[in-house]
Amino acid sequence: MAEFRLPPNSRVRKGKHVAAREGATNTRRFAVYRYDPDQGENPRIDTYDVDMDSCGPMVLDALIKIKNEMDPTLTFRRSCREGICGSCAMNIDGGNTLACTRAVDATHGEVRIYPLPHMPVVKDLVPDLSNFYAQYASIKPWLQASTPPPAYHERLQSKAEQEKIDVPAACILCACCSASCPSYWWNSDRYLGPAALLAAYRWLVDSRDEARDERLDALDDSFKLYRCHTIMNCTQACPKGLNPAKAIAETKKMLVERRQRSRPHGGLPQQP
Amino acid sequence: MSSPTGHFIAQRVTAVVLAVLGIWFACSLISFDSFELNAVRSYVAQPLNGGLLALLSMAMAYHSYLGVEVVIDDYVHAPRPNWMALLLSRVAHLVLALVSLHAIYQLGFGA
Repeated sequence: MAEFRLPPNSRVRKGKHVAAREGATNTRRFAVYRYDPDQGENPRIDTYDVDMDSCGPMVLDALIKIKNEMDPTLTFRRSCREGICGSCAMNIDGGNTLACTRAVDATHGEVRIYPLPHMPVVKDLVPDLSNFYAQYASIKPWLQASTPPPAYHERLQSKAEQEKIDVPAACILCACCSASCPSYWWNSDRYLGPAALLAAYRWLVDSRDEARDERLDALDDSFKLYRCHTIMNCTQACPKGLNPAKAIAETKKMLVERRQRSRPHGGLPQQP
Repeated sequence: MSSPTGHFIAQRVTAVVLAVLGIWFACSLISFDSFELNAVRSYVAQPLNGGLLALLSMAMAYHSYLGVEVVIDDYVHAPRPNWMALLLSRVAHLVLALVSLHAIYQLGFGA
């Protein structure tokens, strides 16, 4: 059965408070989830008062400042600082987003920062994305074609064909969408989740790919695809403004159309 | 309709049928002058009304069965409880459909 309450060793407790340097007048409070499996203790919420006069405008700037100047034990992923690598995906004020593109001023009062929900936590704000990446690999995110490529140029596409993959190919695999999906929370062992399904759609609409039927066969599964109940949290959460829910709906439509094509008489047996 | 896509199609088709028949049923109730037993009986005894009412009941039971099946698969993960819950749901919806049909028949054509 699904568990609706956190196990006892996962319940979050109140942690320590770190004040801003003396004389700071423009401070903001950050409540940050802390968990270190090596300590054998429950997770806790530490609070930090950050001097915003010497801090950049984004939540990631504040986290870097906390780590550099207030608490070097704080752990989080970050890399590009401009919303293209997806490393700093976390739950800020109840919504999954990228810390590098989320302004501190977008929040009133305390800024609450947690790791992406419903994923095992490696440490502090770092979730274990092994299953997420395995699911991405399972949709075979590469071009599959049995015909040899042209001898003197690459496989060409028209502008319209390219435009079909432009949007789904913009996914940065930050996992904000999958970690916001209740269906993924309950069934992430079998449901592929919006990110992997968006990637699958990207290859389904690629005019150069020749494995469309095989890809649809692999997705025609009551758990891999059809656990999506069009809740739309994925679309709301996507920090890149993509629409995984629509891609999933289009994939379901492809499966329905393929079924109708294979059964032109509505599934009734044909006369000999 | 045992395939996943078949299940998906069945959900949508029954939903459309229910939307149409639901409106028809609501309009029928509004147009009733009286809810006396004899008035209702004569309404149900008309073949079109009785037939549509039976279709509404069947569609409702089947759509509900499909939905409950999804909910069970969502939340009941252990194989044995899952199997038992699905079986219970199937039996309950079958009984619901048969009782509905029997009630419609009795109303329209019973003594």
